[in-house]
Amino acid sequence: MKRKDLPLLILIFLVIGFVFSTSYSKSIDSSYSLVEINKNVISNKENFTKIMSVLTHERCLNCHPNDNIPKQGDDGHPHYFGMMRGKDDHGFEATKCSTCHQAENNKYSGVPGAPHWGLAPASMGWQGLTHKEIARSLIDKSKNGNRSHEDLVRHLTEDKLVLWAWEPGVDAEGNTRKVPPVSKEEFGTAVKQWFEDGAIIPEE
Amino acid sequence: MKISFHINNQPQTITIEDQNTPLLWVVRDLLDLKGTKFGCGKAACGACTLHVEGQAVRSCSFPVHLVEGKKVTTIEGLGTPEDPHPVQQAWIEEIVPQCGYCQPGFMMATAALLEEIPNPTDDDIDNNIINVCRCATYYRMRKAIHRAASIKNDSTTNSVNS
Repeated sequence: MKRKDLPLLILIFLVIGFVFSTSYSKSIDSSYSLVEINKNVISNKENFTKIMSVLTHERCLNCHPNDNIPKQGDDGHPHYFGMMRGKDDHGFEATKCSTCHQAENNKYSGVPGAPHWGLAPASMGWQGLTHKEIARSLIDKSKNGNRSHEDLVRHLTEDKLVLWAWEPGVDAEGNTRKVPPVSKEEFGTAVKQWFEDGAIIPEE
Repeated sequence: MKISFHINNQPQTITIEDQNTPLLWVVRDLLDLKGTKFGCGKAACGACTLHVEGQAVRSCSFPVHLVEGKKVTTIEGLGTPEDPHPVQQAWIEEIVPQCGYCQPGFMMATAALLEEIPNPTDDDIDNNIINVCRCATYYRMRKAIHRAASIKNDSTTNSVNS
């Protein structure tokens, strides 16, 4: 090699180096994006799973029946005394939910209570549905009482009847009722994040 | 704490330590109105049924603080011996009670039902009158409920015509 070719050689090396470095950096960028996407997918799935663990818990599901019969207890047995939905989701004409259930738990009788105690609308019957079916029903305005995502977040994180699930009081024998497997705070965070991320129902 | 309300159209103020004390205990033990009965204590049998603002409630499961400023009616205030409520009149005419213990609760539940459904069908009765009678006087009660509806409707018609 001649001495006069040296600058040209250096230039060629520089160009090759630049091309390699650019393509390497691109490859790092895309793998970084993949990590981010995977992280979001995992986070969305985690939030979804947390939410569903609450919505399918007896404290919630007992009042989301698909047969117009309220359920009771951890085994979800049909409500005693033949109680049913009635015309307005709050029982029969004179014997209503509020005949026995007041706006608060009763520690003397063991009867649970919270404001507007009653069944969710029939269109929100969740018993027997898969997680995905429940989620579709939840965000479907034709079934959820025309609630927007913001309305749903408020309902799920602020409605006293929903929050009762974490303060269910004692039963007639004085035993504390079971609460959902996820704390109220964790559920609230998951709900807000899931809706913020677009309420995407994860694939199985 | 002090709680003020009306019971059988009379103003009443009570002083009580635990605001969650069942209304039933207040009615029976503080106000000495023994017509309302203690049955199961867990809102199941209906012996303790009375009215709060005209609505039937199980008073064994109704914290007394919730009656603040409200109107409570017990079996003693439903009617009088001289002027019985149509439900009481029908119960007498059909000779419903056997031991009688649960009957005040049934009568209060029936009075509330007739306010909502003046002519209840058998299905309406089955749905709304879910109290428990150990003597199983259900057959006579059903007849009495239909009779009470008839008496009430007749008296309403008469008072409209007069």
